[in-house]
Amino acid sequence: MSVLERLPQSTGADCATQAAPLRQRGQHEVFCGLTSIIWLHRKVQDAFFLIVGSRTCAHLMQSAAGVMIFAEPRFATAIIDERDLAGMADLNEELDRVVERLLARRPDIRMLVLVGSCPSEVIKLDLPRAAGRLNRLHAPDTRVISYSGSGIETTFTQGEDNFLASLAAELPEAPAAAAPSLMVVGTLADVVEDQFRRLFEALGIGDVAFLPSRKGSELPAIGPNTRLLLAQTWLGTATKALEARGATLIEAPFPLGEQGTTAWLGAAADAFGVTGERFESVTRPGRDRARAALAHHRDDLCGRSVFFFPDSQMEPALARFLHVEAGARILEVGTPYLHRTHMTADLSQLPSDIVLSEGQDVDLQIARCRAADPDLIVCGMGLGNPFEAEGRTTKWSIELVFAPIQGYEQAGDLAELFARPLRRRAALKVEI
Amino acid sequence: MQLAVWTYEGPPHVGAMRIAASMSGLHYVLHAPQGDTYADLLFTMIERRKSRPPVTYTTFQARDLGKDTAEVFKTACQHAVERFQPQAILVGASCTAELIQDDPAGLAKALGLSIPVIPLELPSYQKKENWGAAETFYRLVRGFCGGVAPPDRSGRTRKTCNILGSTALGFRNRDDIREVKGILDALGVPVNVIAPLGATPADIARLPEADFNVVLYPEIADTAARWLERTFKQPRSATIPIGATATRDFVREIAALAGVDPEPALEALGERLSWYARSIDSNYLTGKRVFIFGDATHAVAAARICRDELGFKVCGLGTYAREFARDVRAAAADHGVEALITDDHLEVEDAIVAAQPELVLGTQMERHVAKRLRLPCAVISSPVHVQDFPARYSPQMGFEGANVIFDSWVHPLMMGLEEHLLGMFREDFEFNDTAEASHLAALGGKADRQDQTVAANAAHTGAVPQGDIHAPAAETLPVGWTNDAEKELRKIPFFVRGKARRNTERFAAERGVAPITVETLYDAKAYFGR
Repeated sequence: MSVLERLPQSTGADCATQAAPLRQRGQHEVFCGLTSIIWLHRKVQDAFFLIVGSRTCAHLMQSAAGVMIFAEPRFATAIIDERDLAGMADLNEELDRVVERLLARRPDIRMLVLVGSCPSEVIKLDLPRAAGRLNRLHAPDTRVISYSGSGIETTFTQGEDNFLASLAAELPEAPAAAAPSLMVVGTLADVVEDQFRRLFEALGIGDVAFLPSRKGSELPAIGPNTRLLLAQTWLGTATKALEARGATLIEAPFPLGEQGTTAWLGAAADAFGVTGERFESVTRPGRDRARAALAHHRDDLCGRSVFFFPDSQMEPALARFLHVEAGARILEVGTPYLHRTHMTADLSQLPSDIVLSEGQDVDLQIARCRAADPDLIVCGMGLGNPFEAEGRTTKWSIELVFAPIQGYEQAGDLAELFARPLRRRAALKVEI
Repeated sequence: MQLAVWTYEGPPHVGAMRIAASMSGLHYVLHAPQGDTYADLLFTMIERRKSRPPVTYTTFQARDLGKDTAEVFKTACQHAVERFQPQAILVGASCTAELIQDDPAGLAKALGLSIPVIPLELPSYQKKENWGAAETFYRLVRGFCGGVAPPDRSGRTRKTCNILGSTALGFRNRDDIREVKGILDALGVPVNVIAPLGATPADIARLPEADFNVVLYPEIADTAARWLERTFKQPRSATIPIGATATRDFVREIAALAGVDPEPALEALGERLSWYARSIDSNYLTGKRVFIFGDATHAVAAARICRDELGFKVCGLGTYAREFARDVRAAAADHGVEALITDDHLEVEDAIVAAQPELVLGTQMERHVAKRLRLPCAVISSPVHVQDFPARYSPQMGFEGANVIFDSWVHPLMMGLEEHLLGMFREDFEFNDTAEASHLAALGGKADRQDQTVAANAAHTGAVPQGDIHAPAAETLPVGWTNDAEKELRKIPFFVRGKARRNTERFAAERGVAPITVETLYDAKAYFGR
């Protein structure tokens, strides 16, 4: 059985893969790539992310991180000030000084990641070069790498894409004669990672690595016998960088819901020659549990209309899940950037009459949303309360990035994230 | 280049946003890259505003840099005016746009808009949020009142005033305004304009009509109020009505400015803080050590309340507002402490540990520090958090503000009767070190208590590894205590035991006494007794 057989077939040309996306140029109401650090710094436990930027970057991080959750998080901002800009202080020397102070304070750090921002890009501060210099100073105790999370180049999750692309160059070379191995790419919550690891083991796909790894000091090897499986939707640049290291990509949809997870695991199973019987017996319990969990929320979601504002690039895959597995009606799928190749399997499950929009003019999109009058709006935190105040129902999208939603055991949780605002709306008798 | 984990203030353009979001009929066109729109959520999430802040961002991207970002700005500006139809617009740049030097002021002017354009120059790499708010308000006031002749106020029977300084995202400003308005009503002083919160550009143009200005938050309104004073001979109030005595002073100051009798209002308005502070249960508040940090207005006011109205001892006072460092230094000198002027929260944490306070009054940042150190804490100042916008009426200013302050600063402390009972029953099997005080029950068990003692102890010996205040360690006494002295020490209630040990050890060290005996313990107690 192949992957395509595992996912219900689309209706030929009449699906969203053919749709030309609506592109408008206007205000983008999205986070910049720096925001990925919020989950990356929790995932890679011996890494420290140092943003080289402005007070705005620091303020963004604390506002988006829900204000001061952690005693001392493994991220910080080196704030450029006017002395640096006026040339009174040498920026590179200042950076070296800040890094030295930081590493003295945090000797547990094994990987220091310099993160470029809008100001550092505009003044053309060469962070890759700075990282190289600092790496020579601090290796082997601390590896120093860099990537750009600037808003002028990246939107939200693209920060992780650039980080993994940068990490790709650091991975050790696998021996040419190495046995085939699987690399699952994209940050997953530890609990989800462990579930997948058990499933791959049961399928007999023994050599499985996850990128990013939990330790920056224990990076997985890569080579021509490495097969890549994308766990997240935003990994265009990282995929290219990993392919440049010789690895090959397994085409698959994304592991959301019962069907998405089955097709995703199935693609890996096909690539590693797992028999149909074995696949069936390994996945059956998870599939049954996922279906049972989804059933609790189907009534809340079936037939409800949903409008997605752009946020994380997960939108087409989430829309596929809501439409195919929960029976929701999708009106618009907004996404900051549409990676058509990676999204083919998910888009092929969506009807052709949805509006697919890439990029944004937020005011026009708000007008479109009001006119469409959906039952549920999936949007960012800047728009949520204003929509609720209009009497509409919203799901804040950032939670879909932070919460564990992938895999069989989370299929019900994912549905619940969408069902909860609808249920709550029905339960509350208060007027606003 | 400065290393920052958390910041007390955002960039200056966020200050400008606070002014724009405070008002209606005003729109802010901000030249800024994609991503800077995060600032919207401060208003929609933290303050739970029902509308988006009136800000249009150009959200330029790298591909625009090679082409024409100026054109992007002009288009955004034109669309914003057509779409939102404001009475006036503010135009400016965020930190990144400042670097590309597109001149939003000139570009907006070139558009030939039919409404007033107020250009903002907010140096992002030099200044911060409060300065940005103050500068924006000042530019607005100058823009709408400049060149106007001072009005003829002769022949008026009643003097009127403006209330200046309240903003969106201001700490309890929403409720302070209502409270202060009530005081002015009681005095019979009509309010001409309240700004920026709730005002329109047209209201700003009416500011000169008033006889004087009531300045509630100098961080925001001082610059504008000084200009109004110079230009229109409008005196400004100096007293901030936070606390019972300061509010009485405020009533008298306003009455003098308005030429009315303060006594009827003072008699009509009352508060409970004064009596509650005098009631015998409050005896236990005497001399409690309090560490205060916040914006200058709230920190200075808090210090006065602590000493004069609650009988606390101020053991630390500081601000992140460098613009008002002088005021805080003067207040600190008055309280016999050295002012802490810094925007580095790690430095504030060190100062808290060193000061050994029994109560921390600070921002959300200090609340987290206090939580880690297991110290009671109340929030008195911005930066704000969703909890700082309570559903209930909860001002800081005026007489009701004094009541709110009494409750919110005293309740985190152990109640007097409770403390007394703990002393009485300290040998009881259920009433020992491992039993949590009821107000800390939610925080967990014995481990926490140890953390506190260890942290405090480490602080005393100067052995706190930075950023590692949690270092788990057993509660062991340093060498130099005899067994009897150690047993005696354990008879002291746990909540003061750490302090007794520190004092005794300091006393012994200073006198070269070793080992510490029961005698030393009581000698030290007599020496430090308050």
